[in-house]
Parts: sequence; structure tokens; C-alpha cells
Amino acid sequence: MTAVQVTSVSKSFRGGRRALDRVSLSIAQGEMVALIGASGSGKSTLLRHIAGLVGADRGEEPGRIEVFGAEIQSGGRISGHCRRLRADVGFVFQQFNLVGRLSVMTNVLLGSLGRIPAWRGTLGLFQNAEKHHAMEALHRVGIADFALQKASTLSGGQQQRAAIARTLVQKARLVLADEPIASLDPASATKVMETLATVNREDGITVVVSLHQVDYALRYCPRAIAMQAGRIVYDGPSTGLTPAFLADLYGSERPGSAPAADPGHPPLGPVGSAALAYLS
Amino acid sequence: MTTITRELPAHRHSNAWYLGWATILGLLVWSWEGAGMNPSLLLRYGGNVVSFGKGFFPPDFSDWRMFLEETAVTIKIAVWGTTLAIVCSVPLGILCSENMVPWYVHQPVRRLMDVFRAINEMVYAMLFVVIVGLGPFAGVMALWVHTTGVLAKLFAEAVEASDPRPVEGIRATGATWLQEVVFGVVPQVLPLWISYSLYRFESNVRSATVLGLVGAGGIGQVLWEDVRGFYYAQTAAVMVFIIVAVSLIDFLSQRLRRVFQ
Ligand SMILES: Nc1ncnc2c1ncn2[C@@H]1O[C@H](COP(=O)(O)OP(=O)(O)OP(=O)(O)O)[C@@H](O)[C@H]1O
Ligand SMILES: [Mg+2]
Repeated sequence: MTAVQVTSVSKSFRGGRRALDRVSLSIAQGEMVALIGASGSGKSTLLRHIAGLVGADRGEEPGRIEVFGAEIQSGGRISGHCRRLRADVGFVFQQFNLVGRLSVMTNVLLGSLGRIPAWRGTLGLFQNAEKHHAMEALHRVGIADFALQKASTLSGGQQQRAAIARTLVQKARLVLADEPIASLDPASATKVMETLATVNREDGITVVVSLHQVDYALRYCPRAIAMQAGRIVYDGPSTGLTPAFLADLYGSERPGSAPAADPGHPPLGPVGSAALAYLS
Repeated sequence: MTTITRELPAHRHSNAWYLGWATILGLLVWSWEGAGMNPSLLLRYGGNVVSFGKGFFPPDFSDWRMFLEETAVTIKIAVWGTTLAIVCSVPLGILCSENMVPWYVHQPVRRLMDVFRAINEMVYAMLFVVIVGLGPFAGVMALWVHTTGVLAKLFAEAVEASDPRPVEGIRATGATWLQEVVFGVVPQVLPLWISYSLYRFESNVRSATVLGLVGAGGIGQVLWEDVRGFYYAQTAAVMVFIIVAVSLIDFLSQRLRRVFQ
């Protein structure tokens, strides 16, 4: 069964910048896929489209996105069932996106919101089974000891694992992780990638992870999709990424094709060269 | 050989500078007459001030039991007026926030809040005295409406300054809009909301002391009746009650606010 089916999706933001340019791809259930590309190439935009958080261009050729065979958006219109579909899709954000003032446990429990009756979720009346499930998820990602701490008091790597635990409680069958390790030190980054690989291997959860570090992509993801200026320029086994191709992917950015001074993103030069060093 | 002279740059006021001062002076002169400015009255009736002042001393606390009860009524008016306003300001504040609702919701709600806020509590009190009759309930209604206008705006500002990322994190789990508000927005803004609410409670106690002037109950009504009846000794005692009560509430509320910062 295909987990994700993207057909000819384009997205232009105001100002005419084309963030996605007729993107099509298909990801089978159980795959672990790396999404790579220079800053501004459209990785986050693509993932957010798949989760139905943004609508694509209406355009002349209407793009479609299906998740597990159900349409999450088509021709720029987000499906009316998107709330139910989103429950199948866990999202892990670069900045963790936990609610800092709530406990780790509560944050993880919130994953069940899409599955339980709306009134019960709104009142925060979680049942014991759900709480046990949340605790179990925290054990699996190795942060059970912090369950009652405020989320904001955790380290970046721990918060990221809490975010993964939330997708487990959500019973997501697809996890989209947008640069989950970009703001982590190498040890935490490895832990987070290991956790993602474990849920992929043991639970058969499909994982799509956007990465700046090509070495991590090679180590954990059998398949890689490379983007450049909103287009898919490579889709295949990650072992097929040649140093020359990567140099082109990260090096030949046209000036102005990426936000030049975006403080939110680390400069790509060193990352690209580290990846090349790893490859050579 | 040339000598280098270092002169300070000539400092000249621009025309706008003169114009600004001229406008301010003009405004003051123009307002003199309308405001009935007449300092000579103070001099001429200076004797009155002294005898008036003498009338205040010693303050007459013989009715202290009644003063205490009426002070309590004033505080009760503020408690209910503020509480009802907080309850209404939570949903209205969310509906005023441009990051939570589309413009065709937040624009009309904001204009409504502007109206609530633009009119002074005293004016509302006069209106509600006509509607619900003399007494404290008119005061509660007046504070309720005005404070809702103020708090909804402050609450909305806090919501608009909140971090959108946790909210999106919750949306991605398949949560409803209301659940996004409850779990994503409210935990972030709650400390500010509490602080604003306590601050408004303080100022509502102060406002409630004068609501009595239009017949909306409480210690203000006693004050008004004493002034009108020339009972200056009682008036002084009432003012002492007001000062003590307001200072006490201010002090307690400020301590409490610090806890939530
Ligand atoms: N909300 C938005 N409004 C306007 N332009 C946007 C918006 N979001 C993204 N873009 C633009 O779309 C393009 C793709 O951005 P995107 O965030 O998807 O890139 P990315 O590959 O995730 O980059 P990074 O690696 O830096 O995160 C960029 O040029 C960006 O400036
Ligand atoms: Mg990105």
C-alpha cells in the first residue's frame, strides 16, 4: 500500500517564489526516506503539504496528495476529513513544537486528541488506558523519568524524543519529521535518529525525514529524495548519491535562490562539505 | 598657513519646533475660557478652604459599622463586575485575535470591544441605574461591560504574541480548533491573562468607589450623600475607609501578580 502519493503539486508563495514545482512522488508503507536539499529548496513546504497544514496552488493542473489512499488535499483544497487523516500523520518539527508550560506527559497525551471524542479531548479527560499508553511511549523513547516535568525544562534532544512519543500515542502510521536534528548536538541527534529508525523497523511506521546532514541520511535511510528550487532532482537509493551530485545540490545554488540571510537556518557550506568528507 | 577653526554647528530651531510650541500655547489659551479658569476665585475664597478643611477634622467614625459594610459592598461590586468581565473576555479575546480567527470575525468583535471600552464606567452606571434601578447591581453591570472591552483587548494582544509553533504541533495531531486554543494557546497566555485580570480588579475597586455617585451603591453613595449634606467629618471618615481599602487591595493584588510573572 502506498503511504504517500503526491501528484503534480505546485506551490507559489506571495512574491512569486515557487517553493514547489510540479512535485510528484510515491512512498510505500514501511519505508524510511530522507528528504535532502539546500536551504530554501522546499523540504519543509513539501512536508507541510503532505500533512495538510497548507494548501497547494489551485493552478491549471490541480495537484493531489493522498495519504494511505485517502485524499488529504486536491486542487488546493484541504479535505474535509483532514482532521481524521491528520491523526494518521505524526509531525515532528525542528523546533519540537511542544507546549512548554505543560508537562511532558500532557504533551504526549495530546497526541490522542485526534482519536478520542472531541468533547473529552477538549476537557482534557484522558482515560487511564491513554495515560498508560503515553507512559509506555515515553519509556520507548527513553524519557520516562521526565514525564512530570514541564516540557520547556527538557534538553533539545529530549524534547524531540517527546515529540516522537507524541506521534506514537497518536498511533500515526506515517511520521513526517522536518529537520528533527538540526538544532541538536551529535549525540542527541544520533539518539533521535535511532528512535525514528526503531519505530520504523519495529512498528512498520513510514518515516519521511528532512535532513541537512547527508551522512545521517546515508546511515539511516535506504532511500533519499533530493530537492532543488522546488523540484525533485533525485529519487533513489541513498547509496546512489555521488559526491559530484551532492556538490551540485548544495554548491551550485544560484545566488538569491535561497533566503540569503535567514538566521533560522545554519549556513550550508560546512554541512555540505562534511557530507562530502564522509562520502570520500 | 590655514588655521582650522572648529566651530560648533550653529544650532537653529526648525520651523516645526516653533509651530509646535505655538500650537500648544494656542490650545492652552483657547481652553482657558471654556474650562472656566479663574485662579482669583481660589484667592478670594481661600477662607472657605480653611473652614472647609477644618470641618473635616476630626473625622467622625461613629458610623464605622455602616462604612465597613458599604466598603464591602464596593469590593463585592468590583469582584462580580471583574469576574463576569473575565468570563466574557476569554472567548471574546480569542475572537479578537487575528491569528485565531478570520478577519470577518475579529474585525466586528474588535469594534464592539472598542465601543465597550470607549464609554466610561460612570456613564454605563447611569444607564444601568435607569434600566435595573438604583443599587449595586447597576454598578456590577457597568464594570462588567467596560472591563470586558478592556480585558478582551489585552487578552487578544497576549494571544497574538503567543508562539504559533506549539499550536501547529497540536493541529498536526488532528485536534479541533477549540482543542488548539485550549492546549496550545491558553497555557502560553495564562500567566499574562491572570496578571491583567488582577490589575483590572485593582482599578475596578477604585472605580467602584465612585460609582455610588450616580446611585450605583457602595461606599461612593455614602460619600456622595455626606458631601451633599455637608457632613464633612463623616466625609473624611469615609475617605479614610476608601484610601485604606484601595491601598490594601492594591497591595494584595500586586503581591499576587508577582507570583504569576
Ligand atoms: N509562509 C511562507 N511565505 C512565503 N514564502 C515562504 C513561506 N514558506 C516558505 N517560503 C519560501 O519557500 C521556499 C521553500 O522554503 P522551505 O522552508 O520549504 O525550504 P526548506 O528546504 O525547508 O529550507 P530549510 O532547509 O532552510 O528549512 C523558500 O524560498 C521560502 O522562502
Ligand atoms: Mg525547512
